Amino acid sequence: MKLINLFALAFMTVLAFGVLPGFAETPEEKGLRIAQEAQAHDNGFGNYTADQTMVLRNKRGQESERHLRISVLENEADGDMSLIVFDRPRDVRGTAMLTHSHKVEDDDQWLYLPALKRVKRISSSNKAGSFMGSEFAYEDMTSQELEKYTYRWLRDEPCGELTCWVSERAPIGKNSGYKRQISWVDQKEYRIWKVEYYDRKNAHLKTLIIPSHQQYLDKYWRADEMLMVNHLTGKNTRLIWNNYDFGADLDETDFTKISLKRAR
Amino acid sequence: MRLAAFAILLAGLAFCFAAPAAADDHLEFQEFTGLITFEGRYFPQHSLHDGQREQSLSMVAEPEAYFENEGGQGLLLKPFFRYDSADARRTHWDLREAYGLLFGEFEDSEWELRIGFDKVFWGVVEARHIVDVINQTDLIENPDQEVKLGQPMLHATWLNNLGAFEAFVLPYFRKRTFQGRTGRLRSAIPIDGEQTTYESAAQQHHLDVAARYSHNINILDFGLSIFDGTNRNPTLSLGLDSGGGVVLVPLYEQIRQYGVDAQITTGAWLLKFESTWREGERDSASLEEDFLSLVSGFEYTWYGIHESDIDLGLLVEFLYDGRDQRATVATEEDLFVAARLAFNDEASTDILFGVQQDLDKSTRSLFIESNRRLSDNFSLGLEGNAFLNVDANDSQFSLRKDSYLQLDLTYHF
Repeated sequence: MKLINLFALAFMTVLAFGVLPGFAETPEEKGLRIAQEAQAHDNGFGNYTADQTMVLRNKRGQESERHLRISVLENEADGDMSLIVFDRPRDVRGTAMLTHSHKVEDDDQWLYLPALKRVKRISSSNKAGSFMGSEFAYEDMTSQELEKYTYRWLRDEPCGELTCWVSERAPIGKNSGYKRQISWVDQKEYRIWKVEYYDRKNAHLKTLIIPSHQQYLDKYWRADEMLMVNHLTGKNTRLIWNNYDFGADLDETDFTKISLKRAR
Repeated sequence: MRLAAFAILLAGLAFCFAAPAAADDHLEFQEFTGLITFEGRYFPQHSLHDGQREQSLSMVAEPEAYFENEGGQGLLLKPFFRYDSADARRTHWDLREAYGLLFGEFEDSEWELRIGFDKVFWGVVEARHIVDVINQTDLIENPDQEVKLGQPMLHATWLNNLGAFEAFVLPYFRKRTFQGRTGRLRSAIPIDGEQTTYESAAQQHHLDVAARYSHNINILDFGLSIFDGTNRNPTLSLGLDSGGGVVLVPLYEQIRQYGVDAQITTGAWLLKFESTWREGERDSASLEEDFLSLVSGFEYTWYGIHESDIDLGLLVEFLYDGRDQRATVATEEDLFVAARLAFNDEASTDILFGVQQDLDKSTRSLFIESNRRLSDNFSLGLEGNAFLNVDANDSQFSLRKDSYLQLDLTYHF
């Protein structure tokens, strides 16, 4: 009798904590699981470099361009490291931004100003601010660690020929400009096709559309192009990725304050 | 001077060309970039001295050529030229940077070697850079003392998980640049650089050395530094020029400076601290006096104020010099308060303006700096300084009629 009671209690506990896979999974658990699986799917890329072109378009249709180069080092233990070097506009050429992202605490961020040869530690709490005057915010451009959001699966929905999980994630930190984001992730390769961004007042602020991806090293999918449309201002930014290189042989010494001064 | 400078440069270049030869890959031209600036300055007040004008026009060229081998080791050349319509001394050129760069990895550490003319910046504060001591100030460029002359050096860095260790050997001393007689923003009595004297018998060839340790731990970035050598800041004393006129003669002493700089970055707060202990410099009474300097304060930024894209930063810094009334700088006990507006627009418009107030004299200076991009290649800058209620005992007294506004248009290529 006593034994049976214990067994029942154990069973109830397992149920309550949702440890049994596929059994009474809440939408929150499912959302988190999809995000974890998507991340696991991309684990092990090591590092990569790529070129980015941003085409900023205002309401009147006038365009201006930003050219940058990015290097990323995967760091599963804490958070990825990234280095962004600006090539155009010419007045910011050589300016470089180093980010050590963290899973829980604020990211560490340094800016290198070539005219003064000065490395400045900058605040990383400016997440909502515009990146280089574009429709991408700083938080859209830096590493989006799993631990910095809560998740909720909403529904499954066809997206093109594929089926997508439609999930919501809400940033935990108070510095984010978003209340929530809704993403469309395909069930085949965990690629993001679309994200809707809702601001702090829950107004639909922006939509990101990723029309095409390419696979590298037979495993890692990366966007060719991203289009971010701001519904409130009518402006948009096209972010075009080129020259992905996953064989760059980078390590932590390429992401230090000393190597930041060499960035060019 | 030029000869010695070039000898060092050539030695540096030779080393750089020779060193990678073993790896049989040679330097290849990578890019030619730089800028050309047209600058106009307007001084609304009448000058104190004959021959000075109310306006000046200036042109600057700063091209940059970069060579690199396959290993990423490089050679950079960056000369600087200025033509100025009002002050013949301000028409000058310099080798801002001309160095060879070698770097590599050794087990878990990273090393870097720079040989040649280079610029090094140390510090975290904005009002006045007291820890930063490697490069001489190109004072004729800007009274804010932020423009520096290229310094010949051998600069070695060793970086591992304990931090960055840097050593500097500085074989040649550069004299500070000063305005000519017809230039604005000059001292009341002209400075005669021809008569410059040195405490060291080796004069400009004294071998100066410096070392720095820096690291970042979580929210703290800090640096400890020591400099032993020729003071970049001259002591001025009265003398006579060849024509019998009264002039100021610069003397460069041998000093030792210990420096600390630290910044704590937490949320939207930047807490900043710089302090130095300097031995061997003479005070304004011509007595050698060891002294403490300190600049400390904070920067706080409100991001996206009033639901706009605009960021507003507030900067407050306190400046202190332990020599008090015998300080050779105007900032012996001052408060610096400034606001920084970043519009985060396509033109990256920003404005920094504020005031520096002497806390026991009436001296006050107002400043503004603003930049805006016009196109992919052009940018526009505005700068202004107003020297108000300058106390007659202040070293800034000679600038009391030299408030100015400056507009510059820069072409970046």
